[in-house]
Formats: sequence, C-alpha cells, structure tokens
Amino acid sequence: MNKRILNKILITSIMLAMLLSAACAPQAAPEATAAQTAAPQATTPGGETPAAPRTLKVMTHDSFAISEAVLAQFEAQYNVKVQFLKSGDTGTALNKAILSRNNPLADVFYGVDNTFLSRALDEDIFEAYTSPLLAEIPQEFRLDAQNRALPVDYGDVCLNYDRKYFDEKGLTPPESLKDLLKPEYKGLLVVENPATSSPGLAFLLATIGVFGEEGYLDYWKGLVANDLLVVNDWETAYYTEFSGSSGKGPRPIVVSYNSSPAFEVIYAETPMEEPPTAAVVAENTCFRQIEFVGILKGTQNRNLAEKWVDFMLSTPFQEDMPLQMFVFPVNPQAKLDEAFVKFLSIPTQTAQVAPEQIAARREQWLKDWTEAVLR
Amino acid sequence: MKLLPHVPRTSIGKSWPLWLAPLAFLGLFYFYPLASILQISLARSQAGFMAPFIEALTSPSILRVLRFTVWQATLSTLLTLIFGLPGAFLLARYQFRGKSLLLALTGISFVLPTLVVAAAFNAILGPRGWVNLILMSLFDLGQPPIQFVNTFTAIITAHVFYNTTIVLRIVGDFWSHLDPRLTQAAQSLGANRWQTLIYVTLPLLLPAITTAALLIFIFNFTSFGVVLVLGGPRFATLEVEIYNQTISLFNLPLAAALAFLQLTFTLALTIAYTRLSNRLARPLSLRPRRYVQRQLTSWRGRLLAATYLGLLLGLLTLPLIALVSRSFISVESRAEPASIFNIRLTLDYYRELHINRRDSLFFVPPTTAIGVSMGYALTTVILGLSLGLPAAWALANDSDSPMSRAFDPLLMLPLGTSAVTLGLGFIVALDHPPMDWRASPLLTPLAHTLVAFPFVVRSLTPALRSIRPRLRQAAAVLGASPIQVARHIDLPLIGRALLVAATFAFTISLGEFGATALVARPEYPTIPVMIYRFLSQPGALNYGQALALSAILALFTALAMLAIERFRIADIGEF
Repeated sequence: MNKRILNKILITSIMLAMLLSAACAPQAAPEATAAQTAAPQATTPGGETPAAPRTLKVMTHDSFAISEAVLAQFEAQYNVKVQFLKSGDTGTALNKAILSRNNPLADVFYGVDNTFLSRALDEDIFEAYTSPLLAEIPQEFRLDAQNRALPVDYGDVCLNYDRKYFDEKGLTPPESLKDLLKPEYKGLLVVENPATSSPGLAFLLATIGVFGEEGYLDYWKGLVANDLLVVNDWETAYYTEFSGSSGKGPRPIVVSYNSSPAFEVIYAETPMEEPPTAAVVAENTCFRQIEFVGILKGTQNRNLAEKWVDFMLSTPFQEDMPLQMFVFPVNPQAKLDEAFVKFLSIPTQTAQVAPEQIAARREQWLKDWTEAVLR
Repeated sequence: MKLLPHVPRTSIGKSWPLWLAPLAFLGLFYFYPLASILQISLARSQAGFMAPFIEALTSPSILRVLRFTVWQATLSTLLTLIFGLPGAFLLARYQFRGKSLLLALTGISFVLPTLVVAAAFNAILGPRGWVNLILMSLFDLGQPPIQFVNTFTAIITAHVFYNTTIVLRIVGDFWSHLDPRLTQAAQSLGANRWQTLIYVTLPLLLPAITTAALLIFIFNFTSFGVVLVLGGPRFATLEVEIYNQTISLFNLPLAAALAFLQLTFTLALTIAYTRLSNRLARPLSLRPRRYVQRQLTSWRGRLLAATYLGLLLGLLTLPLIALVSRSFISVESRAEPASIFNIRLTLDYYRELHINRRDSLFFVPPTTAIGVSMGYALTTVILGLSLGLPAAWALANDSDSPMSRAFDPLLMLPLGTSAVTLGLGFIVALDHPPMDWRASPLLTPLAHTLVAFPFVVRSLTPALRSIRPRLRQAAAVLGASPIQVARHIDLPLIGRALLVAATFAFTISLGEFGATALVARPEYPTIPVMIYRFLSQPGALNYGQALALSAILALFTALAMLAIERFRIADIGEF
C-alpha cells in the first residue's frame, strides 16, 4: 500500500516535470522557424513597416544581460525580434564567432574585451561602422581607429578586501601593488590564473603595466614568496577562498571587480547599510577592461545591425547596463543609478598596457607567468 | 525452417541493419563535426599539417600533462573499483531496507556540477570546513591542519565521489543476477570464501568489472572541471590543456593535435578492451534476483556491512548534506568586531529564485529550468536507448562479424573526445540548411546522447551477451519469429540492464553542463546552467540561490532515480 502511494507520488512528479517541459517546448519551434522565414525579408532595405517582425541575432558571452523594458523599446521601434545567442565565456564566444565567419551565426557580436580585441581584429570578423554616437564617447575607450569594434562599457579589475578582517586586525588595506609584498599581507591574497580566468589575466596585465616587462616576473616571485594563492577561476577565488563573500573562505584579499562591493549590497539577504567588502582603487592598482561590439562580416541585416550598435551606445541601454551587468557606461551622458554610485569607487588612474603590446606579447606573458609562478 | 538468431561466422553478418541508425547518428553528429574542426584547425598551422603533432609529442610540458593524465586516471579508476566493489556485492547479494534509496543517493553525486561539488567538499574539508574547524579547536591549532583544495588528493577523491555509482550500478546489477549455485558448488567442493571469490565469482564478474573500469577510466582521462576547480592551476589533464590552447592561447593546430592524441589513446584502450571482453564473456544462466538475494543474518556480517555503508554514504552524501543544509542557512558577518557570524535558518534563497529583481530579460523561474532539464533528459533517454539498443544487440549477438569488430571500439570515442573541440565542431559543420542547427535547442539533447550512448551500449552488452543462444534457438525451433524471440526471451532477460542504461542516460543529461561547448539559447537554460549563472556573480543571494538550485537538482535526480527503479516491468523475476 505504502509503496503504491510512493509510486504514485513519484510518477506524478515525473509527469509534472514532463508537462512543464512540454509547456516550454512549443515556444522553441515557432521562434526557430520565424528566424528562418524572416531572414530573406530582412534584406529589403529600410522597408517602411513590414508586417512580420524581422529577426536580429546578437551573439554574446554568458554574462550579458538586459532588462525587458529596454529591449522592448528597441524591438518596438524597429519592428524587430532580437534573438540572443550565448556562447560561453568571452574567449569561447569569440572563437565561435571566428570559426563561423564564413557563415556567421549572428549579425552582431558583443563582448570582446581589450585583452581579446587583437584576436578579433586579426581574424577580421567585423565590418567597420562609424556610429554617429561615437562622437559622444571619450577617445580613451576607442581602441580601434577603423571602428570595427566600438566600445560599449568598461569595468575595473581591482583588489577587493574583507573590511571586517582589516578592522579587527587594525590593519590598513594595501594601497599599491608593491604593498602586497609586505610581511603584514603574507598569506592574505588569492588571485585567479590568468590562463583560465579573465580577471586573472587583467590583474597580470596590471602588474605588467606597473612593473614593466622586465620587472613583473620578479614581482610575482615576490608574491609567491609572500604565500600567494592561485586558483583557476573567479568563482573559487571569490566564494571558496575569499573571506568577505558568503563562502567565508580564509583569505581577506581577492582579485575581483570594483563593482563587486555594490553587488554585495544589492544581493544581500537582509538590506545592509554598507558592503562587507571594499575595492582598492588607488593609483595603478586596477586594470580597465573595455568591452566592444561589432557588426559581423557577412550579415544579411546590416541596417538593423547598425541600429543595434547605435542602441547599445545610446543612453537607454547605457543606463540599464550597470544594474544588469555591473559594468560602467562609456557614454558620459548616461546617468548611474544612485544605489550603484553610493557603493562604488572608480579608480582615477588604472595600470596601462598598450593594446598593440597586449596583442603581440599576450601568449608569451602567459607562458612565462606559468613557468615562473606555477612550476 | 526459420533461421537461428545466433549467426555463425559469415561475411558481413546478418545484424548489419541494426547498425544503420546508430552509425548514421554518430556519423552526422560526431564524426562529421569532429573531422571538420580537426581539419580546419590543422589547416591553420603555418608550418604544415604535421608540425603540431611533432610539437605535441616533443614538448616536455605536454608530455608531462600526458603522463599526469594517464597516472591520475589509472589511480582514480583503481580506487573507485576498490571502493565500489564491496558496495556492488552488498547491493547484489543482500536484501536490506532502504536499498533503492541508497542507490538513488549514490547516483546524485554523478550529476552535480563541479563548482557545486567543489563548494560542498570545501564546506567539509576546506580551510574553513567542519573538519578543519573541529581539529583546530580540539588541538588548539592556529592554521587549518588539512589542506584539501588544490591537491592531488582532492582530484582523486572527487573522481571516486563522481564515479562510484558506475561500479555500483554496472557491476552490482550483473552480480545480482549471477547464479548462486556456481559459488555454492565451489563451496561444497571445499573452497573457502576467499577461494570462491577469487576463482569463481571474480572471473565471472570480469566482463562487468572491465566495462565499468573502462567507462570510469575514460571519464577520468578526460576530466576537466574537477581538475580545474579542485586540482587548481598546478594540475592539468589533456582536456584542460586543450581548453587552454584553444581559448586562452588560440593555438588551434596544437589543440587539434592534442584532441587527436586524446582520441587515439581512447581508441587504443577501447580496442584492447574489446579484445579482452570478447574473450571474457561467457554465456551464463542469469537468475532472478529473488533467488539470489539473502538477508544479512550474522551480527559480524551486519557490522561489516554497516561500517562499509557508513563509509560509502559518508563520502557520497556528506558533501551533499553540507550543500543542502547550507542552502537553508544564512551566514552573515556583522561589521562589529565582537560578533563573529550570525547564523539563522532561512528560505530566502528558494523564494528569491522566483523573483526577477532586476526585470532581466533572461530571468527564468526554477520551474522552467527544471522542465527544460527534464525534457532534455527524457529526450536523451529515448534517443540513447533507441540508438544504443540496436548497437548493443548487434555487438552481443554478432560479435564476430566484421561490422561489429570494426564499430565496437568506435562507439566509445565520444566519451574520449574533448568537449571544447566537439562544441566548435558543431559550429563549423552543422552550418547549412537543412541542418543549420548551430543555435538550435535540439543540439543539447543530441550532445547529451553522444555522451550517454557509450554508457547505454556498455550497460546492455554484458547482459545481452550472457543470454544463452540455446534459449533463443529453442524458441526459434518452437516457431517463434525473431521479433517474438526478442520480446519474450531477450527483453525480459535484459530488463534490469535496460533500466541501468536509462538511468545513466537520464543522469548524464541532467548533470551535463553543455553551455561552454554549445551555443546556448538563454531562454532555455538547464539547472546546471542556471547554477553557473548565479555563481558567476558576487553577492550572498546569488551564492545562496546557486546552492538552493543544486539542492533542487539533487532532489529531482533522486526522485527520478527512485522512479526508474520502480519501473521494474521486465525483471528476470517474471520470466
């Protein structure tokens, strides 16, 4: 008898799950077919208001986010349905765009950053587009003179520290990269492997920017001597090893983003006045990651793709971005949300490495770093 | 007179039609994409086609990676077998309460995403884990005495954690149907227990043990997440190196050479296995479980069994318990120096799963993710069984035909293939109508089926092989058509194995984290994809939601496995 009841419960729960999945399945088919049938229409340039919406495909990395209302604005304005294709982390997504360039998967690619930019440009996957909105964007972000890749946002990779730990020990947080070599910070720092993690790579670039190609490996050897911990991914560094996160690890300093403390407040369980962590934004301690958008070569929707790029640079999207992706708008006219600004510190001077130098030396640095630090 | 189902050595064998569907599937979704990406990658080599291979085989750092890959896989496989075999024995030979629950619990570990497993291990053995905290307070230590994360031990432990269920299921199932009269005969002839075990039982079990060992070895050989997250940056398997070369260094030719190396190794291993298993397999009369299983009577036996099961459950479920309990506990540190942590019970993480706080377009309620996961898993079961069954049948009944000899080793290859490589292969190969499937949600269950397929074939073949040809011949002589023979002889005899196969297909699909390999449609995330989404952002709520979703994933896996256990429609018992 008991068994029967259990059986029934089990089978009902499975059935429910099947129903649920069945409920989601039908949405898949019409969309896919809509995408295919809409494609030929899209080539007719600037048709007044075609009855069926056209489809624009945007390929991006896994961290992309946008709010429904802001996207709805764009879709309504151009009678378009935007389909997003998430393709893994930045490097993976970019590789997919490169390998599919003869028959592009999408019309637009968003999310290549300044550490990967050279790969995208060398492989020639973008069509140049000089958006009228570029005029509003500061020159420092515009790394591609031919405007194949247009800047959208930036974020700073900085040291984060556990405020409680430093308060209790009466210790001052580090104020420069060199400080990390001091004995009082021994065994406190956890960083990500630059070969497997994007903030890890950014931090390596920061050290190269500060100590130069001739000095950075010695600096890293000093960090190793000061009991540095290297892990492969940001998740392990932040949640497992860092004491300021809810993972409550053992190390009070971690390489993360300058927006992470704001995240901690916004995603707190109970509303908090002040974040439990803080970012070090002293001069030459952070590295600035800039993300770019580009129109993929071979698109059948050049017109719409241009509109999308314009949209990404315009204030509605630029103002939506910070709370969605926790990055900062490159367009100075975009206003930042107050909740966000309150807990945010932006570095005035980040460590600089010329894009051409990154392009030429990236692989060699990674190899040398691996030999010096991990072996 | 009707043809006998068991075919003697002939030219092509009569089972060749059975190969059509499995080969068409593998050809289209495995060999074609793989060949395309390898060819495109190698063509990028400026120094010619052979240069990356020479580089791979002469570079000391790559050879070091290769040695480490083989070594950790061998050790992990041996330890998994040693750890799992007593469990297979207990599950096979004894009846005790809560057995299917135990089996279901041990299966959960198989599906959990690596990042979550790492977090769970960390809650126990990490620098701030329970064990270290207890030891530190007991012996008044300033530093955590146990270093677990970023060690070789962590890699091996996690591999045992993930794969023990394979031994329990494949060997346990086979064992549970072994005719006990064979061992009874040995014992009545004067053999003691150990002699019986070594000279009778183990040789009879060898086909199942080698099968489990091969699957586990290949899983460990291509280990990625465990090595990356728990092993840390000092350890790399070939699979990790392929990822590095592809994504970080963009050295596609070298990555292709490494992927090729990994494949060659898998193929060589499988060929050796096939040769061996053909020699090992012998027809046995499998017995219904109820004739085979006994109660534990002696207190010594009970004590031993309890100790072992305690250990098994300890390793396989403690991390799980840590995980689930953490999803209900809120840990907050306050700014005032006096208080340490505020700990309270909470359902916040589960509630938060249903709230779209930022009005995000990609918000997906957990019910949808569960539905998507379940839908993919069921599709994988159906695809996996309908493709795997004919292949296993052909292999078992016609193992000497050239078709079987040629294809048998190929069936394992998808398991030994780098996920990054194959994912890129889909992009370059499936790119023209009518098969522009690069961004299709269908690709996910297809990819899952590729991984599940070898498991299905391998769990079915030993059972199919052990059916005595005479049974079929007798049925045929009595006038049964081949279909009737299949329905009334084979199906009842392999019912259990079918369930094992279905369970593997289901769990592989549930746990597979395909997002990095495939182009994902953000509207249809699986539970593991959602877990990674939460874990990639800072904030207590994000962390909590990842744990809550992991607990939900564990729950659904357990439920599904209990349900599959109950579908025992065609057990030998009915025969």
